[in-house]
Amino acid sequence: MKKIEVIQNVLEANETIASRNRQLLDRNKVCAINIMSSPGAGKTSLILQTMAKLKGRLNIAVIEGDVASTVDAEKVQSEAKAVVQINTRNMPESCSLMAAMIESALKDMPLDNIDLILIENVGNLICPSEFNLGEHKRVVISSLPEGDDKPTKYPLIFINADAVIINKMDFLPHVDFDIAAFRRSIAGLNPKAEIFELSCKTGEEIERWCSWVLEQVKADATKR
Amino acid sequence: MLHQMHELGITENIVNISLAKAGEAQANKVIQINLVVGELSGFVPDCIQFYFDSLSKDTIAQGAALHFESVPAQLRCRDCSTIFHPQDTLWSCPKCGGQSVEIFTGRELYIESMEVE
Repeated sequence: MKKIEVIQNVLEANETIASRNRQLLDRNKVCAINIMSSPGAGKTSLILQTMAKLKGRLNIAVIEGDVASTVDAEKVQSEAKAVVQINTRNMPESCSLMAAMIESALKDMPLDNIDLILIENVGNLICPSEFNLGEHKRVVISSLPEGDDKPTKYPLIFINADAVIINKMDFLPHVDFDIAAFRRSIAGLNPKAEIFELSCKTGEEIERWCSWVLEQVKADATKR
Repeated sequence: MLHQMHELGITENIVNISLAKAGEAQANKVIQINLVVGELSGFVPDCIQFYFDSLSKDTIAQGAALHFESVPAQLRCRDCSTIFHPQDTLWSCPKCGGQSVEIFTGRELYIESMEVE
């Protein structure tokens, strides 16, 4: 019997495809934003609001990740430049999008005609934090009815986020959500994250969020 | 419909890497694979073992033992640089009480070595 040294990252296969995705996006001057949250926090609503607000200014495509159904893809279809629905129940894994799924979705997209791809990940605060898709920015949504303890319970998804959105701000009078405590948790884990207090229902801070999105698209375009 | 968790893809990678390395070493059989798994990584050893047993069937890795070495989570306080093990989900510095922390160790998932013959 002999021992062989290996020292090889098991996630390397995903990382390799993610960096291929990133190169393809960069070549085509497309910015990609990976949107993550628990189910029902408002990923689809945010995508709809963003498309409505940035209509005429950016060509936006959407990749929808869900375990099953085309419900979300149907909702965004009329406004998006292109929509690809990924149903993860047909995949080896169903708990998160992975780089290979994005690679095949990108093949179906008119990339030279797109400025921004909004990627709606599978509703889950655990698994998506492990898988790089090749995106430029990572956004996590936490909504008021979920409670203010999500960053404490699921720190890994918040630790690498470029922006954190507190959604459903219109619920504030009805729930015990301590905004200051939530902000303190995020500041501790990830002081660079931009925080938005937003409501897809009332439109609160949608404007500032869309400006942030525009900045990312421009910043990525000048870097390339 | 059975919903598989992400350990399936991970285990496929483990099988592929170990077969490639065993091939390079001209081994006839993989006896043991030594994996390093961080405490904070979202991967469940029992789940990896379960998939491994089925994915390695009819390969030279069939029946190989998976040995998991767990790397404890270590956080570093951004204020006073203390490195500490987090208590449960409370990620504040035991020395200065600071809540601004970064992960020092605990997210690893790699194959460290293999035993072959």
